[in-house]
Amino acid sequence: MANIPEDLRYSKDHEWVRVESDVATIGITDYAQHSLGDVVYVDMPRVGDKFGAHEAFGSVESVKAVSEIFTPLAGEVTEVNDSINDTPESVNNDTYGEGWMVKIKMDNPLEADAMLSAAEYEEYLSANA
Amino acid sequence: MRYIPNSPGERDEMLAVVGLTDASELFRSIPENVRLNRSLAVTDPLAENEVIASFERMAAKNSAVTKPSFLGAGVYSHFSPTIVDHLIQRSEFFTSYTPYQPEIAQGTLQYIFEFQTLICQLTGMEVANASMYDGSTAMAEGYLMAQRVTRRNKIVVTKSVHPEYREVAQTYTRHGDTEIIEAEFDNESGRLADTSLLDDKTAALVVQSPNFFGCVEDLQALADAAHAVGALLIVVVTEAISLGLLKPPGSCGADIVVGEGQSFGIPMGFGGPHVGLFATREKFVRNMPGRLCGIAYDKAGNRGFVLTLSTREQHIRREKATSNICTNQGLIALAATIYMETMGKQGLQEVAIQNAQKAAYAKRKIAELPGFEIAFSSPTFNEFVVRGPRSAAAILEGVRTENNIIGGLALSKYYQGRENEFLVCATETNSREQIDALVDALMRDK
Repeated sequence: MANIPEDLRYSKDHEWVRVESDVATIGITDYAQHSLGDVVYVDMPRVGDKFGAHEAFGSVESVKAVSEIFTPLAGEVTEVNDSINDTPESVNNDTYGEGWMVKIKMDNPLEADAMLSAAEYEEYLSANA
Repeated sequence: MRYIPNSPGERDEMLAVVGLTDASELFRSIPENVRLNRSLAVTDPLAENEVIASFERMAAKNSAVTKPSFLGAGVYSHFSPTIVDHLIQRSEFFTSYTPYQPEIAQGTLQYIFEFQTLICQLTGMEVANASMYDGSTAMAEGYLMAQRVTRRNKIVVTKSVHPEYREVAQTYTRHGDTEIIEAEFDNESGRLADTSLLDDKTAALVVQSPNFFGCVEDLQALADAAHAVGALLIVVVTEAISLGLLKPPGSCGADIVVGEGQSFGIPMGFGGPHVGLFATREKFVRNMPGRLCGIAYDKAGNRGFVLTLSTREQHIRREKATSNICTNQGLIALAATIYMETMGKQGLQEVAIQNAQKAAYAKRKIAELPGFEIAFSSPTFNEFVVRGPRSAAAILEGVRTENNIIGGLALSKYYQGRENEFLVCATETNSREQIDALVDALMRDK
């Protein structure tokens, strides 16, 4: 059973978001990391890059697949997890902690409210996965 | 297997099945006006001995084989030990297909790994790929890689980079967003001195060293200038033997080293097939084009070789590949590897020193001739530019017809305003007698 923390928001592309005022921290869900397998590399955006909602901001490469990662929210990248490619296994081992990928200053913080709650994401997974 | 494995009877049978009476009807969809409507203009069939004789006649026209030659300019005459040609013709190497399956391609993967290791050692870089088509396409890939790394699109390339390399890179990149700016070299030194074209839009500064005129560039100063604006330094090496003597570009601050490996035991062969070299810093490895071979260990700790980072190129996300080059120049890279390993560190140094000394001797002797001078003041390796008293093309023509020597390359082919200048190359294959004969021929030039 996938780990789905209560205090986060989720997208149907299997990203999680932690919102603190107008900054969203984004990573991939436990379900996503499990589906990808051992992560070997994360191709990240750079600080200052701007993305619209649902745009690809990077990709995760595992031993068996490469998958794009989408930002559920529009905004500007304020921070990237530089250490992630020294320890890409943190995406597998601690995806909601050390495995975070980017922080985005949201253009419209209300967008986060429209994302799935933990319960809704769990329901989505059981219906679609 | 027969070339056409079906009889006329079988062909008629097949045509009947598809409802046709003649094979030419298969080409109905090709408009009449673009059809050839005649036989190809090739000779009648020849017997094997006639074919051999006709190729021997053609080969005899290649007078560069028998005349003393001082041509360089990107393709160099070097001695290749017999073992190189002998070993690459072993069927395990000669007919092997690309090493997608590590379980049956360990020999191929191992020599690629050795090739990469040797290129890293010679260039002073941290990672090299399995090779590219040739030096010029490697340079073009260098442009694109620098754009990926810096997210900038301006490339500043000096006019002392091989003109044909610049032309290839232009063709290669013209449908993308690459903006190529050509920088003038210094007329006195023959080097790049003015780096004022570099700015915060510049992805890379591209220099060749030794450059097209044979001049060794001040790489460290150029690296500092490029890095000061956040650009990369791409160093192009067309004469790989120079790596046996000159300070490796990697220890002078180069970020990408590209080049041509022909000098490592590969025949000149009218310009190919040769082998491209591509090396960079480990932090840029994800942006490097081409194939990379790595070392790995199995569960029992046994060493093995594999293609690595290949997910990005050929297996999963081709639309996001860093390059459309996802192969390598296998057999030629093998020949270069065997050459480097046969020569060894000392052997390569020795060849390089011989080149430098022969060229220095030729340079000194020619400079002493009345009416002749050395065009640029920078230090050179095995090539240098001579300025003569009249048209270089005419001088070289006289040297060839009167003295049976190919004296060099007239720069007028590539550079306007340099009609009296020509490029002379001396390698370990030029004897002192040949050099003296060239000097005599120039002295007698009228």
